[in-house]
Amino acid sequence: MEIMKPAIAGTLESSDCQVTVEAGEGKVDLVLESVVMNQFGNQIRKVTLETLERLGVDNVKITIVDKGALDCTLKARIEGAVYRSQGQNDNLPWGGAIQ
Amino acid sequence: MRNAVGREIPEEILRITGKEVFQGNDYREGYTYKKDGPMTTCVVKNTDNKLVDSIHDVLVKCGIKDGMTLSFHHHFREGDYVVNMVMEEVHRMGIKDITICASSLGKAHDPIVPYIEDGTITNIQSSGVRGKIGQAISEGKLKGLAIMRSHGGRVRAIESGETRIDIAFIGAPTCDDYGNCRGIGGKSDCGVLSYAMVDGDYGDKVVAITDCLVPFPNFPAHISMTKVDYVVVVDAIGDPKKIATGAAKPTTDMRKLMMADYCTKFVVNTPYFKDGFSYQTGVGGASIASTISLAKIMKERNIRMRFGVGGLTKPMCDLLINGQVDCLLDTQDFDLDAVESVKNLKHFRISAGEYADPFNKGAVVNKLDFVILAALEVDVNFNCNVVVGSDGVITGAQGGHPDTAAGAKCTIVIAPLLQGRIPAICTEVTTVTTPGESIDVVITDYGIAINPKRQDLIDCMKDVDLPFKTIEELRDIAYSIVGEPEKVQFDDQVVGIIEARDGTIMDVVRKIKPFAFRER
Repeated sequence: MEIMKPAIAGTLESSDCQVTVEAGEGKVDLVLESVVMNQFGNQIRKVTLETLERLGVDNVKITIVDKGALDCTLKARIEGAVYRSQGQNDNLPWGGAIQ
Repeated sequence: MRNAVGREIPEEILRITGKEVFQGNDYREGYTYKKDGPMTTCVVKNTDNKLVDSIHDVLVKCGIKDGMTLSFHHHFREGDYVVNMVMEEVHRMGIKDITICASSLGKAHDPIVPYIEDGTITNIQSSGVRGKIGQAISEGKLKGLAIMRSHGGRVRAIESGETRIDIAFIGAPTCDDYGNCRGIGGKSDCGVLSYAMVDGDYGDKVVAITDCLVPFPNFPAHISMTKVDYVVVVDAIGDPKKIATGAAKPTTDMRKLMMADYCTKFVVNTPYFKDGFSYQTGVGGASIASTISLAKIMKERNIRMRFGVGGLTKPMCDLLINGQVDCLLDTQDFDLDAVESVKNLKHFRISAGEYADPFNKGAVVNKLDFVILAALEVDVNFNCNVVVGSDGVITGAQGGHPDTAAGAKCTIVIAPLLQGRIPAICTEVTTVTTPGESIDVVITDYGIAINPKRQDLIDCMKDVDLPFKTIEELRDIAYSIVGEPEKVQFDDQVVGIIEARDGTIMDVVRKIKPFAFRER
C-alpha cells in the first residue's frame, strides 16, 4: 500500500499517541518521540513495524509522538493514519489487515 | 560491593566517600559518637544590633571563600528567593567550589544551574532536587557527587560533623535586629523553621535573612539570637503565593478515592488502630483522602488520635480543630490552614532532628503507629524509589520517606498501579531510596500486598474484605496491561549517591545517556 497523501491520527493526550504518515523515500522511516522511550522505545518500534508490515506499507515516513499509549492504541492510531492517507473511511478490512 | 538491598556500590565510590554500604535499618543501633559543634564568634560587648546592609557585605563579614559549605532551608518551597539571592552574589564575587547543603531544592532554584556549569557550585547535598538542577546533575554537570539525604539523615550528617556548615542562611519570615527568628508572621509566613534549626545549631556563621524586621524581642524565637551572627533585611525572601497555597480541594479522582478507602479499611483493621494511636501522612491526593475518611471512622467509633505528625495540611489540622487529636507535631506547613494552625497551643513545632534523626537518643518517627506514603516505584522486594524518575533523571526528594517508613509500626505506601504506561510495581526499582524492610503494605487500585515478613498483619487481615494479592501478582497485572518495561540505559559514571538514614550508601545514581534502539 502506498501513502497517497499525508494523514494524521491520534492526539497528544496522556496515554494516547499522534501518528503522522507521509510518502516515504523507498523505505520505512520512523521518527519516534515518547515519554516512555527508555522503557518501551524498542517495543513501540516493534509494534509499529509489525503493524505497517501487516498493512503492506513499506514506503513511508511515519512520525509518532507517544504519550504513553498502550500497544493496542498505537496499532489503532497507525491503522487510522494509514487508511486516512488512502482516503478510505469505510469498507475497512476488519479482521484482515486490521487485527 | 553489594549492600543489604542488593545494590552494587562501586568500590571507587566507597573509597572517595569513605562510606560503608547499607547493611540494614538497625545497623547503627547503640552506636556512640561525640557530636560536632560550631565555631562560635562571641558577642560580649553590648553591640547595638547585628544588622548588615546587604548580602554582599554579610558574605564579606563571614569570610566567604572558595570551597566553603553554605546551607539553606526549604520552608519557602517553590516560593523561595533566598538560595538564588545568595548564590547570585557568591557568583558575582567570583567564588568557586561551593558546596550547597540544603534541606531540599526545587524548581524555584533553576537559576543556579549556570553556577553548577561554571564551577561556582561543585557539590550539592539535599533531600532531593527537581527541575533543571536534577537534569543538570543527571547529565553529569556537577563536578562532585550529589548526595541525597532524608530529612533525618541530613541532621545526622551535620551533627556528626560529616558535613560542616561554614555559613548557614536562614530565611526568616520575621526577625529582630539581634537575630531572633520566627517562622510566623510577616509576608513570607511559612509557619515553622524546623529544617533550619540544625543549621542554626551547627553553622559556624549563621545569617538570618528577613523581609520583616520586628522590634526586639521576637519571642518566642524559633531560632534564637544566641546562634545568629548577622541579620540582613531584603525586599522579599519569597513569593507568598508559592510558599503556602490554599488547601488542596479533596480529590474527586475515583481511583484515588478507592485507594484511600482501601487504606482506611486496612488501617482500622490493624491492632494499632485504637484510642491514642499516632499517624502521619503525605500530601498526595490519596493520602489526604484517607485522612478524611479515617476521621469519619474515628468519630463513629469514638477513637482519638494521640498525635499527628507532618508535613501538615488542612485535613490534619481539622482533626485538631474538631478535637479528634490531642496534638500535632509540625515540621513543615503545606497550606495556609496549616500555617494558621501553628498558632494553636496544641500545634507544636519540632526540629528536623526531633522529627527524624536516627543519630540522637530517639526521634518522633519511632513513636509513629502509621505512616501513609507515596512512591514513584515499588519493587517485588518492597524497595521504594522516590527520587529518580522513570527516565532516569533525578526528579524528587527523599524527604522524610525513609525516616518515617523505618520508624512507623505500620508503613503503608499508596501508589496507582500504572502512571500512564509506567508500572508503579516492578521487578526492580530504578534506584532504591527506602529499603523494603521498612515497607509493610502497598496499596494499589488493583489490589493490596502485605510484606510477607509481616505475618502478623497478614493474620489480622484474614477475614477482612479487601483485594489482597502478592506483590508479584500486582507486578504481573501491571506488566500484562502495559508490557514489561526495559531498564533505563545509564552511563557508567556515578553522579550521585542515595544515602541511607545512617550515612551508609543505599544506592548510586548514574549519568543518563541518550536512548538508543536495540539492534534489530
